[in-house]
Amino acid sequence: MNKTNLLDRREVVSSLLAERKDAIVIGGLGASTYDIAAAGDHERNFYLWGAMGGAVMIGLGVALAQPKLPVMVITGDGEMLMRMGSLATVGLQKPGNLTIVVLDNECYGETGGQASHTAAGTDLVSVAKACGIAAVSSITTMAEVEAFKGSLQDVSAGPRFARVKIDGANLERALSSRDGAFIVNRIRGALGFQPI
Amino acid sequence: MHAAADASSKPMPAEVLPTWPEDIFSILQRFDVRQVPYVPDAGHLQLIDRVLGTPAMRAIPLTTEEEGVALLAGAWAGGQRGVLLMQSSGVGNCINMLSLTQILRFPFLTLVTMRGEWGEFNPWQVPMGSSTQAVLELSGIKVLRADRPDEVREVVEAASGQAFNACTPTAVLLSQRLIGAKVFTK
Repeated sequence: MNKTNLLDRREVVSSLLAERKDAIVIGGLGASTYDIAAAGDHERNFYLWGAMGGAVMIGLGVALAQPKLPVMVITGDGEMLMRMGSLATVGLQKPGNLTIVVLDNECYGETGGQASHTAAGTDLVSVAKACGIAAVSSITTMAEVEAFKGSLQDVSAGPRFARVKIDGANLERALSSRDGAFIVNRIRGALGFQPI
Repeated sequence: MHAAADASSKPMPAEVLPTWPEDIFSILQRFDVRQVPYVPDAGHLQLIDRVLGTPAMRAIPLTTEEEGVALLAGAWAGGQRGVLLMQSSGVGNCINMLSLTQILRFPFLTLVTMRGEWGEFNPWQVPMGSSTQAVLELSGIKVLRADRPDEVREVVEAASGQAFNACTPTAVLLSQRLIGAKVFTK
């Protein structure tokens, strides 16, 4: 693929979140969390600053608890590679309201740009499909992003998995809150749950 | 689901099954536990079958135990309680993910069946079994232990209370003496 045509991660995430409505959005450790913050802070954003490999499972827990709400996990290829088994767990549970978007720049941008396994051919779309996730997409253009986001509010047709090939640019960090208890209690409050 | 519950009664007649797994199940029901992620262990067989046969609870098989820690964090954010079922060897798999229990301050409860102690046949179970309690405590988890069938109920009740009422992350170790050492035969 011509690297000059790869997508800008912030543009992709802004587009995906533009009409999010009541969706709960989980951002994986690293640049994905910054991308979600850059699109605008939101009381239903679940920012991860650690727990690498946990984004999809956090998304699954929310999705099973709130089956009528769209739940979207936005994470990177490195974070996804660390816990690929969670795709098998999602494939088993098949929550219709869960969407997983992997922003794939084929490298570990946060730690100096070391190549990830996807650079050498690990195909996360095939992995997701092989794990029983039927609705899989490979996205390389903004037109495809626009088409894909039309499906995000449908809570019966998931789980969905999309890999979006993005460029490897290291963008300025957009810092969200790092207070985990605040982040979780804010989401719970938005859903009508009280603190203990 | 129901077929699985029925299958559990095949290995031995119902009258000789231990009653403490049923005690645990009742407590989980009373605390409105809805998501039950697990990596299977023979010591959790009866409890898993009960969960699988209960529509109000969601049994969630995992590929590795730390998935369950993250899942329960998400469940809590979404308004549901859960309990992670695993064997002692799985505790080691969870270490980094257990940081979520402190950072997110959510009501984490895990029930851990012990291997590597009390008449263990398989030496490969011993290292992790020997460090299970220390690993949990170093990770900020309070550890309670049940060694006898008649204390399971009060230990799991206390653990559930402090986990769900006080957001105090808690593990219950169900000892190998309680569940019985695994018998290896040719």
